[in-house]
Amino acid sequence: MTQSSSKTLLGIGLLAVFLALPVIADMLGQPALTSLATRVLIYGIAAASLNFILGFGGMVSFGHAAFFGVGGYVVGILYQHYASGEPLFGFLPGTNQLLITLPLAILVSGAVAAIIGALSLRTSGIQFIMITLAFAQMLFFFFVSLKAYGGDDGLIIRRANEVPGLNMRDKQTVYYVCLAIAVLFFALLTRLVNSRFGYVLAGLRQSEQRMAAIGLHAYRYKLVAFVISGMGAGLAGALMANFMRFASPDMLHWTKSGELMVMVILGGVGTVFGPLIGAGTFIVLETLLASWTENWQLGLGFILLFVVLYTQGGVQALLQRVFGSRS
Amino acid sequence: MTLFLEQVLNGLQLGVMLFLMAAGLTLIFGIMGIINLAHGSIYMIGAYAGTYVAMETGVYYAGIPAALAAAALTGAAMEFLVVRRLYKRDHLDQVLATFALILISNQVITLIFGRQPLFVGLPSALSGSVELLPGLFYPSYRLAIIAVGLLVALGLYLVINRTRIGMLVRAGSTNRDMVRALGVDIRMLYTIVFGLGALLAGLAGYMAGPILAVQVGMGEQILITTFVVVVIGGVGSIRGAFFASLIIGVFDTMLRAYLPGFLRQIMAGSEADALGAGLSSMGIYLLMALVLLVRPKGLFPAHS
Repeated sequence: MTQSSSKTLLGIGLLAVFLALPVIADMLGQPALTSLATRVLIYGIAAASLNFILGFGGMVSFGHAAFFGVGGYVVGILYQHYASGEPLFGFLPGTNQLLITLPLAILVSGAVAAIIGALSLRTSGIQFIMITLAFAQMLFFFFVSLKAYGGDDGLIIRRANEVPGLNMRDKQTVYYVCLAIAVLFFALLTRLVNSRFGYVLAGLRQSEQRMAAIGLHAYRYKLVAFVISGMGAGLAGALMANFMRFASPDMLHWTKSGELMVMVILGGVGTVFGPLIGAGTFIVLETLLASWTENWQLGLGFILLFVVLYTQGGVQALLQRVFGSRS
Repeated sequence: MTLFLEQVLNGLQLGVMLFLMAAGLTLIFGIMGIINLAHGSIYMIGAYAGTYVAMETGVYYAGIPAALAAAALTGAAMEFLVVRRLYKRDHLDQVLATFALILISNQVITLIFGRQPLFVGLPSALSGSVELLPGLFYPSYRLAIIAVGLLVALGLYLVINRTRIGMLVRAGSTNRDMVRALGVDIRMLYTIVFGLGALLAGLAGYMAGPILAVQVGMGEQILITTFVVVVIGGVGSIRGAFFASLIIGVFDTMLRAYLPGFLRQIMAGSEADALGAGLSSMGIYLLMALVLLVRPKGLFPAHS
């Protein structure tokens, strides 16, 4: 079997599981499973966005929660202005339409990523990790100090954004909306990874000098990749704000950036669907351990340590090793 | 004026604490090439061990050897069990493995000591304050911290510039591969550097105890600020860590002290306080971003 057809198969298999999941959850009498799956999808999008620059581009960003949080706050702030009827900055009316808030969240987080990326990409290595962390911390404290939008406590969104023709108060509908967006997102991501741009990015990870020698402008490609990645994380944040009906500075906390990296590495760095599997593994582990013991972080820490030290390539590679390498 | 001097001293005190953390971290970065997020956990464990012993015995000074021993033991265990396997890995694996160590140490401390913060009383000799200038009273405990920090800095300076080990450390942070090629036992050097870093972190944690609460999460708070120091100072450079610590310490303290008051003159009181607090927390990150943009390798790069 060729690599690409096995990947398509994996994608179709995942899609079938996700499509059937709410039905199975209802049959088992476990509606909480649907909520769990929604979170997996949303974090899967965020982690896959991070993996786009981390795994394919070799840029270790330690501040991706910033874009996730910005996306969430776009939804929250627009909702607050919609609810109060007061226009934002005096002229922008608020809204609760998902078809408007999502693209806006993507645009705004992309713009933020463009600024942060343009500055951060002038450094590399440890300095890059630290400067992305620093920018994320700056935004974290910025939102903490924004008293008009809840400050420390965050923003409550009383109702999820509306989509014409759909009942967004139903959790299953929200799940299917997230699923549809995730399918679109992963389809685009696959196209992008296999495009000329994706190859250039992978080339940059292997050797920036070689790419420069071919005549490619490394900085521009990396910046565009960084912006795309920030947009993806912003999309995920906007969905999360809709799902949780809450946006808070916690979405930008540095441990959230760490968690996204954990998902990427759990699933396998540099694969399209790995982060989704990683997000699933992380959230299921977290839920299981948390229902079993209050000290779930202890178990999570040991599992993470084991995965980093002893499995090269995360859960996906582990599965491949167990079931035999097929590619 | 006295208020200003007091804030300068507060800044210096924060600065030397940061230096105790940053000196170890910058050497571990520079010589071993390891990003150690768990450095803050060693600080926390030192604080807990020392404070616990001090509470049990009632003697403040009894906590010092306990803090140092606990920090050294933790450091040795971390190096032997985890960090040793990360030398040849990329930064991503290092970040994640040491992130796991943070989760583990936070939970272990919670299991042993619970979620309530611990407090330790000041030793009687240091509980008062000293009149430094007419009208300027300053707590003697904070002065003692500044003194200890400066003494440690002097000691490190002597060790690094005057001893054989120090020579190897300097060589290691300038060109690691060359040192190895010359036949130096690099493993021993790594263990020394990591142990030294752990000792300093434990000391810093214990000394911070009476000023801040000893609680889970204290390590991460100082850790991120320490990273800022290390990066501004230049990775691997003790001299850079020293100056950057003092700059960051004073800068951060000044912002927190004066920014809310300044903002209150142009906007409403409660909003000014919130915005001032937020902006002053952002200040050091802004400074770091500016420094990195002008000098991507930091102010005093070790590899020049």
